[in-house]
Amino acid sequence: MAERGFSVSKLPAFRPVALGVFLALYLPIFTLVVYSFNAGNSIAVWDGFSLKWYLSAWENDAVKTATLRSLYIATFASLIATTAATMAALGTTRRKAFKGQTFIYVMINQPLMVPEIVTAVALLIFFAQIKVFTGYQGLGYLILAHAAFCIPFAYLPIRARLEGMDLSLETAAADLYASPWQTFRYVTLPILAPGIAAGAMLAFVISLDDVVITEFVKSGGQDTLPTYMLGQMRRAITPEVNAISTALLVLTVVLLTCFFLLTRKRNQ
Amino acid sequence: MSRAEDAMTRTATRNGWLLSTPALILLTLAAAGPLLIVLVYSFLEKGQYGNVEWAFSWDGWVGILFTRDIFDGTLGLADAHLTIFWRSVKLSLMTTAITFALGFPTAWFIATRPAAERGMWLFLITIPFWTNLLIRTFAINEVLRSEGLLNTVLISLGLIDAPLQIMYTDRAVLIGMAYVYLPLMVLPLYAAIERFDMRLLEAAYDLYASRMQVLRHVILPIVKPGIVAGSILVFVPSLGAYVTPRVLGGGKNMMIGNFIELQFGQGRNWPLGAALSMTLLVVVMVALLFYVRAANRGSNTNG
Amino acid sequence: MTQKIAVAAEHTVKSFGQGKASVRALDDVSLEIQSGEFFTLLGPSGCGKTTLLRLIAGFEAPTSGRILLDGADVTELPPNRRPVNTVFQSYALFPHLTVAENVGFALKMQGRKKPEVDDTVARMLALVKMETFATRKTAQLSGGQQQRVALARALAPQPKVLLLDEPLSALDLKLRKEMQVELKRLQKETGITFVFVTHDQEEALTMSDRIGVMSAGKLQQVATPREIYTAPVNRFVASFIGETNFLPVTPTQGGARLGCGAVVAAAGEGPVLTIRPEQITVTPVDAVGAIPATVDAQVYFGTDTHCHLRLSDGERVTARIPSPAMGETGVGIGQRVGLVFAPHAARLIRE
Repeated sequence: MAERGFSVSKLPAFRPVALGVFLALYLPIFTLVVYSFNAGNSIAVWDGFSLKWYLSAWENDAVKTATLRSLYIATFASLIATTAATMAALGTTRRKAFKGQTFIYVMINQPLMVPEIVTAVALLIFFAQIKVFTGYQGLGYLILAHAAFCIPFAYLPIRARLEGMDLSLETAAADLYASPWQTFRYVTLPILAPGIAAGAMLAFVISLDDVVITEFVKSGGQDTLPTYMLGQMRRAITPEVNAISTALLVLTVVLLTCFFLLTRKRNQ
Repeated sequence: MSRAEDAMTRTATRNGWLLSTPALILLTLAAAGPLLIVLVYSFLEKGQYGNVEWAFSWDGWVGILFTRDIFDGTLGLADAHLTIFWRSVKLSLMTTAITFALGFPTAWFIATRPAAERGMWLFLITIPFWTNLLIRTFAINEVLRSEGLLNTVLISLGLIDAPLQIMYTDRAVLIGMAYVYLPLMVLPLYAAIERFDMRLLEAAYDLYASRMQVLRHVILPIVKPGIVAGSILVFVPSLGAYVTPRVLGGGKNMMIGNFIELQFGQGRNWPLGAALSMTLLVVVMVALLFYVRAANRGSNTNG
Repeated sequence: MTQKIAVAAEHTVKSFGQGKASVRALDDVSLEIQSGEFFTLLGPSGCGKTTLLRLIAGFEAPTSGRILLDGADVTELPPNRRPVNTVFQSYALFPHLTVAENVGFALKMQGRKKPEVDDTVARMLALVKMETFATRKTAQLSGGQQQRVALARALAPQPKVLLLDEPLSALDLKLRKEMQVELKRLQKETGITFVFVTHDQEEALTMSDRIGVMSAGKLQQVATPREIYTAPVNRFVASFIGETNFLPVTPTQGGARLGCGAVVAAAGEGPVLTIRPEQITVTPVDAVGAIPATVDAQVYFGTDTHCHLRLSDGERVTARIPSPAMGETGVGIGQRVGLVFAPHAARLIRE
């Protein structure tokens, strides 16, 4: 059909460029995954299939603790961020514009606008003072920092879901003798649930992926998986890093697929 | 307003604020608030071993452009700093140009797929976007390094004899950033093109326009808000990039982000680091203002 | 049935927006609706009828004035504490609940015991003939079925007043006719006061005990359907309900003089005479007491034929004649005929 006749939406060379872009996007990732199964020590020469680097990563205590720390931080940070974001979304959508609403929007979206390195530096300075003042050196700083920058990511899908929700449902609930709390518990929350789940997943992924802020906020011995990997890249790289990356990649893709399925349902 | 009416409005306002409070506290504590401290630090004297002395000083701000001679204390232009700024801006602009050149055909391609297919293609763009930045940078690293995929392929094809040294050059940083930020260009472009009324093309061809004329005089002007949005979405994180130049540029080819880090590490000049952070923040905010204006204009003309 | 007042609005005003941009959706409306009545608020979109309904339900607070239910002031009571339920235009069925859970929602909110809830739900579903759908999700229902569920849900808590916000507007014509009969039956069976909002005059005429005609935030006339149709108080009411003719007149003793000089008997007072097209008979031009006119056009409508006529002073009049009758009179375009107004059919009204 493309050969015969004139297709108005066709532009010269666009199709090959686009397909080239998709290839270029996936080829490096694909290579990375393939070499994670390399039997040799090299990330360039293929020596046959093996799972040894996964085993080696699994038996590496530094990797294990960093992974557990990453998951721990991501779990708490996404829980806190999702709770705060859900409340904020309920407070800022579907009501008459109120005084200070713009301020709240700007605050919530602030982590998306400020360069990460600037926030990282700011937190470094701020938490350094608090560490001196309180003597507390724990993971609380990382959780707090992660929770803050995860808020906009959790907020957006929840808000989208709320805005797509039929306002008259809550009116109907109030009409049918539900108190404001009952309306929330039996109508708003169940309908909102997929949005909240989607927001929590995004927050989790974002927390899990963070390098810059973590690198600046962490105290000694608080490496997360990404900062551990960043440290490794300074040295000679073995396919162990590929194996870790692949595992993380798979986790991200799984969570994102869930996210898309959850948000897609709304549109149908 | 009646009492009942008044009460309804008041409750709405109060609930809006009350419900937003936890988020606001978190963001004030761990995002927006500390920025003010950075501002304060930029006006303090640097401490001997990092940190600051609590005394007012312009040194941090002056240090952005000038260095003080170690021996006689006179001020001179800091060439090294200017080089870093120039590299940051140059690489960010080039990244924007490359992502546009590649991203526009890609976005157009997706937008002209059958509706049922589009979601799949978009998903393919979004997956790398959400994938860990570090992993993507690392993946590019594997392609570019001396024994990497690119060199292996080129040598085995006989195109080159010795591996190209791409790693730890500006070119590597540029390729890396283009790779990493491409989805940020494609997504807003797609949004703009998807709303584009394809019947306008029929009208243009009917009125004797050639393909290039259609692109130049019909398509580009109409999707311009999307182009502006995509360009800024790429330019802003490029300018503040930290991980990509660190991994692909090595220690030497710093960008502003790495330069700021340096001040808080080996440089031991926190006030300068703070002043640099504030400068970066202001530049980014100005760029974002343009973005908001472009986005608004886009929704006015097309929505 | 005693003359108890179920719903009263006292001088209610509702403005939206503030300052210059403020719009008065309701402009000093006072109204009393009797217990057990099928009352319809009729008017074009934007006339304020839905606003009045929302004030009664408690979704909006009036800018000034009071709302009373059974004589008690409920102006400041939230909707969940008013013994009033609503059937929404969009039905607003909860998508995450089954049909039975939707119907039982209010009872659950009120903390009723499960056997009682189940029992009421079963009765309500039987009432609207939806027993077999109890376990379905609402998205799987057709428009008419959703409508029935919405009705059952609103009736389940046995409200004092049921508010219906254009509930039939989303249904096709045939279903709408069925539901009109159904609604009337439900109202008779339950004895609950119905306040029905619609812009469809036919719906209003066929179903209501009384109609309140609204326009521009004001209540124009409150009366029985027959009275509204035969004795409208002003031009708006006369033209909104059914088709009618307007003729400028000079009032005389017990009637009015038309522009063409003819004098006709008419009740009421005002500078405009209104008469429905079906109250006009076309006669030979020399018939006794006939007003002379010329035939401009005829439009065939099946059972009726509309005759467009012109009086000698140029005023246009439409007469609706049963088609069989037309054949005998045998009028043709340009023919001169006579018009006779049915006795007591012509009324004088205000502008």
